[in-house]
Amino acid sequence: MTDALLALWDGAFGSSYAVWSATLVRATPLLLVGLAVALAFRAGVLNIGAEGQLIVGAIAATVMALAFDGLPRVLMVPAMAIAGALAGASWAGIAAWLRRRFGVLEVISTIMLNFVALALVSWVVRGPLQEPSRIYPQSPTFGEAARWPFLISGQRLHLGFALGIVLAIASWFWLARTASGLRVRLVGASARAAESAGGVDVARTTFVVFLASGALAGLGGAAEVGGVTWALYEGLSPGYGYTAIAVALLARLDPRCVVASAILFGALDAGAAAMQRDAGVPAVIVQVFVAAVVLAVLAGTQLQSAARARTATVRAEEL
Amino acid sequence: MGEALALEGIGRAFGRTIALDGASCVVRAGTVHALLGENGAGKTTLMRIAFGMLTADSGSLRVQGAEVRFTSSREAIARGIGMVHQHFMLVPAMTVAENVALGGRGRVDRDAIAARIRSIGTESGLTLDPDAAVAQLPVGAQQRLEIVKALTHDARILILDEPTAVLSPKEAAELMGWLRRYADGGGTAVLITHKLRDAFSVADDITVLRRGRTVLSALRAELDEARVVRALIGDAPLTSPAPATRIFGMTAPPVLALRCVSYVDARGVTRLRDANVEVHAGEVLGVVGVEGAGQRELLRLLAGRLKPTSGRVERPDSVGFIPEDRLHDALIPALPLTENLLLAEAGRLRGLVDHAVAQARTRSVIEASDVRAEGPDTPAASLSGGNQQKFVVGRERQLAGAALVAENPTRGLDLRAAARVLEEIARPSGEPATAVVLHSSDLDEVLSVASRVVVCFNGTVREVPWPVDPTDRTPFTRAMTGTS
Repeated sequence: MTDALLALWDGAFGSSYAVWSATLVRATPLLLVGLAVALAFRAGVLNIGAEGQLIVGAIAATVMALAFDGLPRVLMVPAMAIAGALAGASWAGIAAWLRRRFGVLEVISTIMLNFVALALVSWVVRGPLQEPSRIYPQSPTFGEAARWPFLISGQRLHLGFALGIVLAIASWFWLARTASGLRVRLVGASARAAESAGGVDVARTTFVVFLASGALAGLGGAAEVGGVTWALYEGLSPGYGYTAIAVALLARLDPRCVVASAILFGALDAGAAAMQRDAGVPAVIVQVFVAAVVLAVLAGTQLQSAARARTATVRAEEL
Repeated sequence: MGEALALEGIGRAFGRTIALDGASCVVRAGTVHALLGENGAGKTTLMRIAFGMLTADSGSLRVQGAEVRFTSSREAIARGIGMVHQHFMLVPAMTVAENVALGGRGRVDRDAIAARIRSIGTESGLTLDPDAAVAQLPVGAQQRLEIVKALTHDARILILDEPTAVLSPKEAAELMGWLRRYADGGGTAVLITHKLRDAFSVADDITVLRRGRTVLSALRAELDEARVVRALIGDAPLTSPAPATRIFGMTAPPVLALRCVSYVDARGVTRLRDANVEVHAGEVLGVVGVEGAGQRELLRLLAGRLKPTSGRVERPDSVGFIPEDRLHDALIPALPLTENLLLAEAGRLRGLVDHAVAQARTRSVIEASDVRAEGPDTPAASLSGGNQQKFVVGRERQLAGAALVAENPTRGLDLRAAARVLEEIARPSGEPATAVVLHSSDLDEVLSVASRVVVCFNGTVREVPWPVDPTDRTPFTRAMTGTS
């Protein structure tokens, strides 16, 4: 038991390599995609399709990296990021448009689009984007210019993580301090009241948030191919889009907390691999643990808000 | 004739809202009994208690003379009570027979159910094809199915909640005819409605609820429409004469005005026809009318929440609006008061939001409107209903000083809280003073604060001048029933 936990800890935080090349690297896509989910959920948009948006983001960034091979890095990296974000936003845009135009539930449309995205990546790595020898189902490896810069020399932590931190702060600021962010929160809390009391254009607000969420998830995909794999292949995401839902919920949809939550999940992921290797404990155990944590947090949040409502009521009666 | 169903002294509260406050209703066997009341009067709540969907906090319930206490609808059904809800409880994807079979237990014998539906059809005249898909049935047939469902459970007492609301006039007339025959054949029916016409066309007895209390219960033959309207909207004598008209500068252009405005809703029904209304600064325009007479649309047109189909609306850019359902339409109970203040202007805000300023403004609303709350960070849900409403009134006044439109602002409040809220709404403030439009389904309430009164009847709007005797309300009730 202690062996397993020690191995888990060592794998996640035991060395500078563990921190800067395992934990935080694995936290990066969870951070970006976790923000995507948190933002959508705050507006009451149940975007379950971050996985698909991440995949199309990765495809678009790959296309950019391969098609404009000669670009210098200062242009190539932003171009990949933008291409990934635009692709993710467009992918989310399909579901957003279906919701706005026909009232299709986004839970269904986004999850279906995940499968379409998976099929799409399977095709491109065997077709238009396959490596020149045509043996492996993956794209050619990117040139130097398309590999995102590392933040610390000798470690694998890349630019995507810094981008995630900046975007987390920006998302928080947007929600908490700006008028349009206020509209997002109001719509999420009660679309009916936002519309009738505030004259908020609910359809427009949710549409915009849906696109922003897709853009963040797509950016996560671009960061993964540009910063970690340097090539596109089928199993690129081990379900980051789904884990990100847990990341966002554990953070109680607060963008600042998404940073901590993503690092925790990244650490568990990195540690689980080490634990399996060093202590022979199956990595799946960590997933069981993670699921238990998320359930406990959600139950705790519910109980806490119920208790708060009760005490507030008692106080109001005393007044 | 004995009594089939008797509810006596029923009390029921939902949290802080008192829905029923000692309501009674005695239904004689073999009669159609109309249960009348305005929106929120407690009609549906009372009948849901009779049907076992809700339990009463106090009072007694007797079915066929036997004292009962239902804890579920199943028990009520076993006692021979059936209820047809305003919103049908049908599964559209299933057939008629399958919907009837729902709620049964054990194995489903399709042939037996189909035979039962056919035999009920021949007995009662409510014919239905057992194999038809419910989604394909017209609304009238769906309602027949609801009744048949109740009859298959051997219901001897049928409760129908606003059954004509969804029907065309022809279907409604057929249903009324059927109800009459059903009662003449020994059945008992309770008809929950707010339509006087339905009640008078078919009922033997009429009970009127107002604010959770039974205010009238009599044989139809002993009643006329005006008396029922008075009971619906309040006929307690005025304790004080109507306030002196506070009209400053009638010569100035009105703050709010409708010029020959008509409104046709999404279903193509004309809700308001050629309405002309003017509201000046400093006056309180009272709006009265029975449910569905057009006042809902009138208020929303004045507040800019609806666009007129034809005609012209004159109003300032922003008009304060207090909608009837404050918990859903005016507030977000889970959020703190500061954010509920920002809610009202959320659609117009640009750029950054200064929370310190918003908090200060919230504090000033709390003080100016005497809201009992811990502070601007308290969630709206923790305030009492009266304080929530005072906060909404204060907020709307702060945002839109020139004009304020209020719809049933005292709904669900106790008398003291209601009086305070009315005081807040009618309080003259600002320079020039606010133009206020107040609608309440309680005539007394409107007459106690209004400087002028307009009456909606069947989509038309007209002003009724104050009678010479200010305690005389017949001019108003007659205008509301279209009998003047």
